[in-house]
Amino acid sequence: MKRARATTEILAIASGGGHWDELMLLRSAFTGRSVVYATTNPQLSMRDNIVDLAVLPDCNRDQVRKSLRCMWASLQLVLQLRPKVVVTTGALPGLFCLIAGRVIGAQTVWVDSIANSDAPSLSGRVARPFTSLWLTQWEHLAGGRRVLYRGALL
Amino acid sequence: MILVTVGTQLPFDRLIQMMDAMAPDLGEPVIAQIGRAKYLPVNMEWHRVIAPLDFENLVDRARVIVSHAGIGTILTAERHGRSLILFPRAVELAEHRNDHQMATASALDGRAGIAVARDQASLRRFIADPPPPPPATRDCRGREAVCTEIAGFLTKALGQVRT
Repeated sequence: MKRARATTEILAIASGGGHWDELMLLRSAFTGRSVVYATTNPQLSMRDNIVDLAVLPDCNRDQVRKSLRCMWASLQLVLQLRPKVVVTTGALPGLFCLIAGRVIGAQTVWVDSIANSDAPSLSGRVARPFTSLWLTQWEHLAGGRRVLYRGALL
Repeated sequence: MILVTVGTQLPFDRLIQMMDAMAPDLGEPVIAQIGRAKYLPVNMEWHRVIAPLDFENLVDRARVIVSHAGIGTILTAERHGRSLILFPRAVELAEHRNDHQMATASALDGRAGIAVARDQASLRRFIADPPPPPPATRDCRGREAVCTEIAGFLTKALGQVRT
């Protein structure tokens, strides 16, 4: 799907499964904004009535070839949309889009999954220097100006 | 009906095998999403991957859900007000890349609608006598606080929402 440039305010991205469910819980924050959603399982968009969806190839850090393909697709997507803000709940596909977004000058938001209660996720830690707003969902993981806790989505 | 799911990303043969062994004497149908399991069940209906909409329907029909400690399943079960038994993956058995499911399960143990089983005996006990289903309305203050923070950030980055 070709989208007009400069009309997308927000790219909201999460891999399929739990990360996507967490992203869906953020939707009320996007009310009134122009948002393009991206995920790795297009069937989720039907469940959640998402109209404007971009599909990325799935990957995790154990899959080098798939990860490279996903990285490339993420870069293409970000260059096509030129969003002003990238918001993600992870995991690896979200990291790729967030870094690509930062490179083109977008503001970036990382919400670390509630699954990471012992320590921030690896993707989240890699994302941190590229992230404008980095939120954890566990109070004991918050610290400094860079890792904020405001509450949990669950 | 009992719905079993271990997500679609990683195999979790220990739980699938355990449920398959118990299935004949549970007295109700068992349907499993086994993902990348190597073990193929013989005593219960199974699917590798169930499409999201079909999965929602199954959750809605289930009496109880038995699941790995995946966030997607936890949120889906709560959305449908279903009792959930979590059986976390263990990193020492190479069931995940790290032990975050153990941590998630411990953190959620005792939450309304959720019980945590760590062996076959407790799994069987919770299937027979599951935790009461979660309430339809839940305290969403945490969720609202996160959304407020992000909405505020977006206002700074993009300006006020045009109405």
